[in-house]
Amino acid sequence: MAKKKNEVVTREDVVVKFVGDSGDGMQLIGNLFSDTAALLGNDLANFPDYPAEIRGPHNTIAGVSGFQVHIGHKRVYSSGDMCDVLVAMNPASLRANLKWAKKGATIITDFDTYDEKAIEKSGYKVNPLEDGSLKDYNIIPAPITSLNKEGLKSLNLDNKTAEKSRNIFALGMIYFMFNWKQDKAFDFFEKKFSKKPVVVEANKLAFTAGYNYAETIEAISVTYNVPAAALEKGRYRNISGNVATAWGFLAASERSGRPLFLGSYPITPATEILMELSKHKSLGAKVFQAEDEIAGICSAIGASFTGSMALTSTSGPGLSLKSEAMGLAVITELPLVIVNVQRGGPSTGLPTKSEQSDLMQALYGRNGECPLIVIAASSPSDCFYAAFEAAKLSMEHMTPVILLTDGYIGQGSELFRIPKVKDLPKITPPIAAANDPNYKPFNRDPKTLVRKWALPGTEGLRHRVGGLEKENGIGNVSMDPANHQLMTDLRYEKVMKVADTLPKQEVLGEPEGDLLVVSWGGTYGAVHTAVEDLIKEGKKISHAHFKHIMPMPKNTEDILGKFKQIVVCELNSGQFVQYLKMNYPQFKYKQFNKVQGLPFVVTELSEKFNQILKEI
Amino acid sequence: MEDNFTVERSRVPLTKEDFVSDQMVKWCPGCGAHAILASVANVFPKIGYKKENFCVVSGIGCSSRFPYYVNTYGFHGIHGRANAIATGVKISNPHLSVWIATGDGDSMAIGGNHFIHIIRRNVDVNILLFNNQIYGLTKGQYSPTSPIGSITKTSPQGTIEHPFNPGELVLGAQGTFFARAVDTNVKIMTEVMFEAARHDGTSVIEILQNCVIYNDGCHTPITSKEFRDENQIHLKNGEPMIFGKNNEKGIKLGPNGLEVVTLGENGVDENDLLVHDQYSQDPGIHLMLAKMTAPYFPVAMGVIRSAMYSTYDDLVEEQIKFAKANSKIKNVDDLLNSGDTWEI
Repeated sequence: MAKKKNEVVTREDVVVKFVGDSGDGMQLIGNLFSDTAALLGNDLANFPDYPAEIRGPHNTIAGVSGFQVHIGHKRVYSSGDMCDVLVAMNPASLRANLKWAKKGATIITDFDTYDEKAIEKSGYKVNPLEDGSLKDYNIIPAPITSLNKEGLKSLNLDNKTAEKSRNIFALGMIYFMFNWKQDKAFDFFEKKFSKKPVVVEANKLAFTAGYNYAETIEAISVTYNVPAAALEKGRYRNISGNVATAWGFLAASERSGRPLFLGSYPITPATEILMELSKHKSLGAKVFQAEDEIAGICSAIGASFTGSMALTSTSGPGLSLKSEAMGLAVITELPLVIVNVQRGGPSTGLPTKSEQSDLMQALYGRNGECPLIVIAASSPSDCFYAAFEAAKLSMEHMTPVILLTDGYIGQGSELFRIPKVKDLPKITPPIAAANDPNYKPFNRDPKTLVRKWALPGTEGLRHRVGGLEKENGIGNVSMDPANHQLMTDLRYEKVMKVADTLPKQEVLGEPEGDLLVVSWGGTYGAVHTAVEDLIKEGKKISHAHFKHIMPMPKNTEDILGKFKQIVVCELNSGQFVQYLKMNYPQFKYKQFNKVQGLPFVVTELSEKFNQILKEI
Repeated sequence: MEDNFTVERSRVPLTKEDFVSDQMVKWCPGCGAHAILASVANVFPKIGYKKENFCVVSGIGCSSRFPYYVNTYGFHGIHGRANAIATGVKISNPHLSVWIATGDGDSMAIGGNHFIHIIRRNVDVNILLFNNQIYGLTKGQYSPTSPIGSITKTSPQGTIEHPFNPGELVLGAQGTFFARAVDTNVKIMTEVMFEAARHDGTSVIEILQNCVIYNDGCHTPITSKEFRDENQIHLKNGEPMIFGKNNEKGIKLGPNGLEVVTLGENGVDENDLLVHDQYSQDPGIHLMLAKMTAPYFPVAMGVIRSAMYSTYDDLVEEQIKFAKANSKIKNVDDLLNSGDTWEI
């Protein structure tokens, strides 16, 4: 048979999704695929999509685990909506993910897994490979299990061991599809399994078998070329949002000279921050895995009183448990960063899915008048800068800060241009000098209203703080009505004055026009992409993405006033839009909301924006 | 022990006056807390640490006003969380001598979780547990240490809950130090506080405290002049366990546990009595001693257990020291550039 020459298509970007049973090794090949693209100079963003169960039942929808990679010649801002290539290792993963494949997408699936039992368990009535239901796709039913086994024959492995490299067989096919050389994959096998030469050999054989199979069959008619992206010069790495958060804090600790203390309790999807910081004792990080969420924040408050750069990390339900203690940090005016990697709620809700529904809780979820700074990270790599800024603001303004991220950006990853610590802003905590005769716990800087941080052990500064209202200046317990009014006002003004130090809110696109799209936090990628595409089409649309929520940037009102329409997009029922209505009631707002545990997809946003633009 | 793990010592001798705060003490007249404050004022100057290196942490309750009344660094926390806050204080700065003032509501009820975990970890702090068997600050509801049947504002027919014995809880949580004292005996309080300060690890001192307003006389069967000789035994390390008005009674380990015996009766003499070993690693006898209750047994006072174990805060410092010596990552730039990176 004469070999048909493949058509090589050059693409601006491609989205590939790997799905299979949890345990099929989808995260591994997803990461390897993404690392290879990165080395070849592509921009990229990834998202692991895994079930709440560690190993869901075999061959069922509940057990499906996935990993999506978006690589680009153009700048990539999110892990992408719909995939161009879907690798589905069994019928259940195909059924669960077909809705995320573009019409015409190439679908590679393991033909050998489509037995009667697996088809039934996946919820299909008949074999989807045979009933014509997949005619809109370029479906490649590859006998992966049997060909992989055949490829490994020379190693005499038992079935179970041989089956472990099915994922690598599939990866070999994908490498062919992207016209990539095998080197990167082979290097990885040698590094990762250096102590198990048999596994290295098995993976190389499986990879080669897959690659050769893809080359031999005629089904892969299109292969891709995604040229390197035009990225800013520099040293790069791949980073997930949770790791970036942890590293941002380490950088802030080094830059401020204050030792890092994290008190935390494991909770999905925030646990990686606790795990990551636990690794860095060589940088002096003190990490305390507490007995519960409350002990996590309370130990951090104790550490803050004692002079540490104090942190606690959690997700929604944990934030609820920490509410009372956040009030303690507010009234004692101590620095503390509370990271909330938001997930679907209420209650236990959707632990592994993403949402932005804790905004109101972050702003107001405490007893009493209890203002604090709230900032939100916009992407995995931005988590580094957001964490750094949260720590800086908290120490320099002697106030707790809530840093909102979410499961989507916390666990997703993207390229990160590595900064130098010396290029990051200085952090200058207001530490009281020993034996200062004028020291009083609640004396304030007249301009910023910030009190001094007097560290236990320092001579001449012994003092007491606590949860009872204190007399301004001297710091004695005070139930005086006028003093309580004064302290309430001062605590609020102190937080509002932070706006004096914030950068101006930026706008993508023209500073005035028909429609201003407003978003905040982890939805940046999808919203930015949608708006950018419409700008290219010539629409009078702009985008303001907010990172500073409390206080808001000072030019917010000016920006909002320059557009005929404003639409606020968020993954909740409309919390930020309510907040804007409260602060700037003179404007009319439209809103676009989704509460499905899923990120926005670009197409639904563009559709909504186009619809609003038409009505103007 | 490394030098940098220890607390800096005062260069000048300190006195009580060094720890007197300028705040008006607002406990009720006759409250047992006054005597506890006096004992602390006796002990702090004797410990020898620099006065700036003391930190007193509390939760909520009558006991928890304590930090305002001693001139040290102080933190008045929220209900039940003193032990968690103090854990952060000690880990953050192991050079501090950390004291926690808490009560039977604060540490046995709302903060029970933090209480058992600080003990399990053996964080080097000293816990003064004011046990008056009642909620005083909220005006008289029963607490987790109120005896069964207690009539209070929330138990008009008597409580139907089994009370905690704090000593059992401490030893159950693998506590390394437990002592008991009565608020009327400043001498024993001072003595056990000093021993607590010397102990490396979590030291718990249960102070049987009277509440003149809501639970007056709650400890009278143990503490009154009339009964105290019969219903208390003051344990001293290395000495046989003898008590009674005329030192005529003793504690013996029998086949079914502890027994009260009378010296000279049935051929019993001092050699038959248990000799107190507060440093024993095995908590078995300590638990039996902590559980003794009147009127069948005398209640044990003094240091019941003081066993040596590594402390959490020391191990934290050791791990950091080891990591600093052995890791290739010396600063954040090293970290950012570690693993897979590439130039574009």
